[in-house]
Amino acid sequence: MKQKKVQLSYHLMMAPAMIFLVIFSIIPMFGIVMAFQNYIPAKGILHSKWVGLDNFKYMFSLPDCAQIFQNTLIIAIGKIAFGTIAAVLFALLLNEIRVKWFKKSVQTIVYLPNFLSWVVLATIILNIFSISGPINAILGMFGIEPILFMGSNTWFRSMLIGTDVWKGFGYGSIVYLAALTGIDPTLYEAASVDGATRFRQLLNITFPALVPTIILMTALNLGNILNAGFDQIYTLYNPLVYQTSDVIDTYVYRVGLIQRQYSLATAVGLLKSVVSFILIVSANEMSKKLTNQRIF
Amino acid sequence: MVKNKTIRARISDVIICMVITILTLLCLLPLLNMLAISFSNKSAAAANIVGFLPVGFNTVAYQKLLEDSQFWRSFLISVERVVLGTLLNVVIIVLTAYPLSKAKENFKMKNIYMYIFIFCMLFSGGMIPIYLTVKNLNMLNSIWALILPGAVPIFNVILMMNFFKGIPKSLEESATIDGATPLQVLLKIYLPISLPALATVTLFCIVGHWNDFFSGILYMNSPEMYPLQTYIQQLNVEIQNITSVEQLKQLQFLSNKTLNAAKIIVSMIPLLCIYPFMQKYFITGLVMGSVKE
Repeated sequence: MKQKKVQLSYHLMMAPAMIFLVIFSIIPMFGIVMAFQNYIPAKGILHSKWVGLDNFKYMFSLPDCAQIFQNTLIIAIGKIAFGTIAAVLFALLLNEIRVKWFKKSVQTIVYLPNFLSWVVLATIILNIFSISGPINAILGMFGIEPILFMGSNTWFRSMLIGTDVWKGFGYGSIVYLAALTGIDPTLYEAASVDGATRFRQLLNITFPALVPTIILMTALNLGNILNAGFDQIYTLYNPLVYQTSDVIDTYVYRVGLIQRQYSLATAVGLLKSVVSFILIVSANEMSKKLTNQRIF
Repeated sequence: MVKNKTIRARISDVIICMVITILTLLCLLPLLNMLAISFSNKSAAAANIVGFLPVGFNTVAYQKLLEDSQFWRSFLISVERVVLGTLLNVVIIVLTAYPLSKAKENFKMKNIYMYIFIFCMLFSGGMIPIYLTVKNLNMLNSIWALILPGAVPIFNVILMMNFFKGIPKSLEESATIDGATPLQVLLKIYLPISLPALATVTLFCIVGHWNDFFSGILYMNSPEMYPLQTYIQQLNVEIQNITSVEQLKQLQFLSNKTLNAAKIIVSMIPLLCIYPFMQKYFITGLVMGSVKE
């Protein structure tokens, strides 16, 4: 009797969350059928015409399609790779600092950009990299012609990756720093007694200790590989650089909500969701096998 | 030999310190530049000669900002959203994290709930179906469109759940023998010892709500209803409509740089106010929540 009451109160505690999840996560999942219809808002999902895989066929026939998937992958992989390298290197550097107040102040400042919105950061970045902005002024001192960073297809992807790394390297270093403090100090003592240089210690003690965390974080990031950072791209891009920076999400937004081609946009979005889902589940399995740690 | 080594070690220490200082400045200086622009005179800002100190110090931009009613309306909408949204988030996080932290024997349906949560976290219907759902519920142009779709922050629930799992079971058992109900156990035993975790998820929710601009663009049709970040985003919006390089080059001379800089600075103040508290907690929060053995 009492046991039943306890179970009931557990269910009641879950209830509010479940109601919200049903309305805002699960019901929209049924909206996915739009991807297989020629959805017309006036007719609704029930009366719109079924077209099977036509939306997907149309999507793959679009000249933009390959470009968008390519952009997404290049930008996302660039961010993951450089972001991880920067965070690990920064953690290694910071770990060498013994002066407490210096370390603390550094941490306070480098974690900050991660908590600022892309809207704010984009305003700052657009200003700094504008044609007469500070960066071009510095380049001008070396006699380099001003570069239109934000309107150039040669530069824009690097700008996206660079600013993303800038925003996240400090915050990203937290987990690596935590892993570093977990290393047994006697290992280093033994190594220096054996005459190992600082660099050798780094290579043979510090780095191996970081590998599980690196694998875990990379696995975690793989689930985001098709995201490529909508907020950032949306706040920084412009039609001049669509060619190199239009990613799945920005495309879905423009085609779906600006041009109102609901079915096509849902189809693109569905493809993305399915691939992401497969990626993150396999990344989780892989991480479990390699490091014995799971994401979920 | 020994002396030589210490000199080398010292040199590398100095180099490390220098590299770190440069990286830190790289994070700080862009913000200082914005601050300096907001206090500079208009022509200096337009000519891009402001560095890290104001040129022709004045507070005109801030005086103008005080009269900008749309800015403050958006500011208030954001504050309202943060308060209501975070409150709802935290209530749901606490209520769900507790039963989910139970072992399978103690809460029989636990795994089913867990599967639903994880599935909802990893898979979504996508932007368009969610937008249509919100639209069909007649929530467009209302503050609830900014709050309710994100009511269950699953990542934060998992974080809290992992923290609850670490609380000794004996505490709960003795309270249950004394006749405490699950809700009493949660509120009187679990919550008071989970304050650091609670602070972490609260702060994550606050930052998430304050920084989100896209739901404003999605769900609000009229600029009067924009939350602050959406309002600021619209200041840059001309850049999204340009079609030629010339336009992009001219853009900066048209916009009111000092006023925009002041808006950016004021929009950061609430975050900077809670940042010191945040820093105390988010490190523990991150480490305890992200990894499961």
